[in-house]
Amino acid sequence: MAYINGIGIVSPQLTVESKGFPTEVMEYTADYLKCIEPAYRNYIDPIQSRRMSRLIKMGIAAAKISMADAGCTMPDAIITGTGLGSVEDTEKILSDITKDEKFLNPTPFIQSTYNTISSQVAIQLKCHNYNSTYVHRTFSFESGLIDSLMQMEEHTASQILVGAIDEMTMNHLQITRRIGQWKMEPVNNLRLLENMTPGALAGEGAAFFVLGKEKNGSAYANLKDVKTCINIKGSFNPNKEISTFLGNNGLDARDIDLLILGNNGDCENDPIYAQFADHYFPGKALAWYKHLCGEYHTATGFGLYAAACILKNRVYPEILHLNKVQPKKFENILIYNHFRNTNHAFLLVQGF
Amino acid sequence: MPKRIFITGYGIISCIGSNIPENLNSLMRSAPGTGPLLHVDTILRDEVLVGEVPKTHQELFELAGVAPVEGYSRNALLGIIAATEASAHGRLGENTGLKTGLISATTVGGMDRCELFYKDFLENDSRNIYIDSYDCADSTEKIAARLGIHDFVTTISTACSSAANAIMLGARLIRNGRLDRALVGGCESLTKFHLNGFNALKILDKEPCKPFDQHRAGINLGEGAAYLVIESEESMLKTRNTPLCELAGWGNACEAYHQTASSPDGEGAFMAMKAALEMSGLKPADIDYINAHGTGTDNNDLSEGRAIERLFGDRIPKVSSTKPFTGHTTSAAGSTEAILSVFCLLYQVIWPNLNFTERISELGFTPVEKLLTGIPVNAVMSNSFGFGGNDTSLIFRKVNASNANNVNNADNADNANNAGNAGNAENIEN
Amino acid sequence: MSKRVYITGIGIVCAIGNDVPETLLSLLAARSGIGKITLFDTIHKDVLPLAEVKMSTSRLLQELEHTGAKYLTRTALLGMKAAGEAVRSAGFRKTDGYKTGLISATTVGGMDRSEDFYAGFLENPAGGRLIDIINHDCGDSTERIADFLGIKDFVTTISTACSSSVNAIMLGSNLIKTGQLDRVVVGGSDSVTKFTLNGFNTLMILDKTGCHPFDENRAGLTLGEGAAYLVLESEACVMAGHKKVLGEVSGYGNANDAFHQTASSPDGTGAFLAMSKALKMSGLDSAEIDYINVHGTGTQNNDLSEGIAMERLFGEHVPPFSSTKGFTGHTLGAAGAVEAVISILSIEHGVIFPNLNFTTPMKELRIRPVSALNLGHAQIPHEIRHVLSNSFGFGGNNSSIIFSKCEAKSIEQ
Repeated sequence: MAYINGIGIVSPQLTVESKGFPTEVMEYTADYLKCIEPAYRNYIDPIQSRRMSRLIKMGIAAAKISMADAGCTMPDAIITGTGLGSVEDTEKILSDITKDEKFLNPTPFIQSTYNTISSQVAIQLKCHNYNSTYVHRTFSFESGLIDSLMQMEEHTASQILVGAIDEMTMNHLQITRRIGQWKMEPVNNLRLLENMTPGALAGEGAAFFVLGKEKNGSAYANLKDVKTCINIKGSFNPNKEISTFLGNNGLDARDIDLLILGNNGDCENDPIYAQFADHYFPGKALAWYKHLCGEYHTATGFGLYAAACILKNRVYPEILHLNKVQPKKFENILIYNHFRNTNHAFLLVQGF
Repeated sequence: MPKRIFITGYGIISCIGSNIPENLNSLMRSAPGTGPLLHVDTILRDEVLVGEVPKTHQELFELAGVAPVEGYSRNALLGIIAATEASAHGRLGENTGLKTGLISATTVGGMDRCELFYKDFLENDSRNIYIDSYDCADSTEKIAARLGIHDFVTTISTACSSAANAIMLGARLIRNGRLDRALVGGCESLTKFHLNGFNALKILDKEPCKPFDQHRAGINLGEGAAYLVIESEESMLKTRNTPLCELAGWGNACEAYHQTASSPDGEGAFMAMKAALEMSGLKPADIDYINAHGTGTDNNDLSEGRAIERLFGDRIPKVSSTKPFTGHTTSAAGSTEAILSVFCLLYQVIWPNLNFTERISELGFTPVEKLLTGIPVNAVMSNSFGFGGNDTSLIFRKVNASNANNVNNADNADNANNAGNAGNAENIEN
Repeated sequence: MSKRVYITGIGIVCAIGNDVPETLLSLLAARSGIGKITLFDTIHKDVLPLAEVKMSTSRLLQELEHTGAKYLTRTALLGMKAAGEAVRSAGFRKTDGYKTGLISATTVGGMDRSEDFYAGFLENPAGGRLIDIINHDCGDSTERIADFLGIKDFVTTISTACSSSVNAIMLGSNLIKTGQLDRVVVGGSDSVTKFTLNGFNTLMILDKTGCHPFDENRAGLTLGEGAAYLVLESEACVMAGHKKVLGEVSGYGNANDAFHQTASSPDGTGAFLAMSKALKMSGLDSAEIDYINVHGTGTQNNDLSEGIAMERLFGEHVPPFSSTKGFTGHTLGAAGAVEAVISILSIEHGVIFPNLNFTTPMKELRIRPVSALNLGHAQIPHEIRHVLSNSFGFGGNNSSIIFSKCEAKSIEQ
């Protein structure tokens, strides 16, 4: 377990400026939900930031916001999760080498490396401590959280900066639309569930958390445990996994006050969430968040942020409601996410 | 006392061989595998020397035992080949009740197919299947599916230290009790993408690379995959595997200096090596050999060399970089060199640093020039440093009677190895 | 009485290494020990290659000097060196009360020195140093080795041509099984001499380019020299000493071809019978053999006859096999023990050593040898559990022996 002592979120919502969960909701009708970028000069030296691609700047800003929020100046480890890293830089090289291979600029290549953000943050902080990056689709951020929790147990770190970063580009959207991943037309994010069609609403974001062994004065919640389950040839048994996961933490399904689901508007994916909730958590309050940030590999970063805000403020913002049930208490929130019914993940967050 | 971690299986494919014996054989013959680039279409073809696995896509399918269907990157096939060898050796298919994980490392992921079909991605639907195999998780999930590993699966990418970090994470997951055993390592195929990237950084040598040489001129990129089976003592009681050696220590540190360059005094390297040493409980003098990161760039070798001098003082162990054999296999380098280091413990040899002629003027030591045999090798340190100053150091230790107290099936390679010179039969009376 | 016979020590000196680690490294590097003749003067010097041990007799003497013995034959010196290594690797005390024997095999004995004597004798019948001929007989080297090791309980010598040292291992195993000995050092030693070289040359079975076993274009064998010994111990002995075990002897068989003094029968009857007996004794299914270290001398006759016997016995599923004589040459009386050590290394390290110099399959056979360092089983890489080793000799004396891997657990039970 670890306390969430600070959070920094760059997202398609007004999350940078607002303390706590934003009260004003941004409504879009768009191909994908794009981040509202902060004024980077507040976080990065303009000379340095000129060469940085967008995702790196978003990451550094979110990291610095979370550090300030937690009052942390030097973490014992920096860990990031990213499904695709800097798509913009990768595309730049791909299109260059597809045309010809001359006059290549090394900067996009360097920045296309997945661990660029974790190392750039380290350079900014002059932090020599443990540094790692996970790049496993929707397990990326969760793997980083598991690594963090283990470090707490191993007593090798007491404050860890852990982040979830992914970006979307129009080009990448168009390519991945070909394999049915996304809505083919622009949609309204707040009416995402009205007409269920194939494909999700794409999004992006940078979410950083300062996790601490001890809680500080402004701590949000307690990240109790995280579990990833890959479904290989039907190896995923949700009944067994969820009861073991909750059992390991001294809980059972009745103890869960709120279930935060990863519904993304895809008519093929969302029913899995509905079944899961019906089977294992009937009658529980259900929340969702991907209409606010869109779907991307590390979107649970936004989900964890939502959970942390709910537990800290003991307020359950209406925009997150997926059903009409109100949580009875603000103690145990379970976040459940899956990707193509292959990558399943659980995050257990507790209030205090 | 924290759980001890043992290596009980390994598998590898590289430019010097498609399996363990072939790699061992090339090393024993001091035969490098670098040569001209054959399987990647690039204008750099005549300007680079690479450690390419001498197999076509079709041949890799055959080696992997996978029916040739669309959707497999070269990277995934390399990964499957090495992971299957390691898994069979460490008997991962048996004892399925044990919690078993896969931690794989890659950075270019499925880029080899992606760059080939990128134009199609943009223009038509003919190659859509490869859109999904572009990311880093694809090869990992294909390996997991093939070997039926599902208790924990993830992918690490920290550039050239990736596979060393995968080994480290696997060991921590076992210590922590989240797993009993794990398949850990990395895979990386050569791509036009990163050949061009490294070329743009002007750190590729057209000639065979010369790590730790005064006239070193850069890297020979390579490709391959290497995986190790690691497990706890409790797990070995069930698997009845014999340990090849122990993973005795690990350390990761970040330079926080520059995105691609190492600091001149090798701060990150120093910290990583020091942390690994402290964890292993060994003294600097106990390290018999350092399998250095030694890429052959001006920057790395000087910085790593200085860090070694700082840590080991005037008792510098034998040092060599094996990258002239295998090329720099980037995300697979950490596990490739882990296996090469394990060989040193098993066969009591130290691999030469090929192509060395002149000492780096700023350094006081020179690397091993010729294959060393018949010398005691009890502990080996393996370094892997990546972009972003991500530095990892691992320590492998021979398992023998003195440190094997609780180890099931204690190592029996010893008898054959400690023979030394003949002549004195009197010690049978001692 | 001991149901099982464990191998607790090995030692070797041969053309590819002066000890076990060196030999292993050469095997892994696929480095042959065959080269030019340097040991003695002969008209065949630049014509016939030889697999010589890369140590001069004087260096051997120097290394073993503390025994104070002079006039030791090269055969005895090689034997002392290898047997000493085997004993050290088994690490037993000769004073521990266990009955310990030595069974050594040789074919040429002290011929190297006898030749020296005859050279002098022929020039001048009163000349020649008599001390040189006293050591000619086969028993001499064995006694020297026994002295060197301090073994007294049982000492004997076997000479059945090229199968001699396998027969020594078999006898040793039987002595342990029947409880007559607790522990026995078994193996063989042969140095290469002008006598043997000329002898084999008259049979026209020496390949001028180095042997090519199991190759369509094979042209004969290449002589080699060396010595190898194994320490065999009973269950009680192993358990009392908490010994590390390298493997066990799980089956063996000897059969006579009863066909011809120097040629093998075309259908390989003797080989077939010897292999069948060994298999039967081990209780293993033929499919369980992971590797056959074949006799594979490189002669027309042996390889065809042995190949046919393997096809007869194993049918469609002949295990991976190789002849390692391309590395060591044919070490005659030591061959069985040299190949036993190589088989044990194969088990220990989970690899099959290649059949060097192979290019073209034999047209009469379906099978072909492993020609590159190999994993063996596709399903279980690095896992060689059972190795069958063949040694066939003049007079149709055919022996097969099976070495098996054993896990520490199975010993405790």
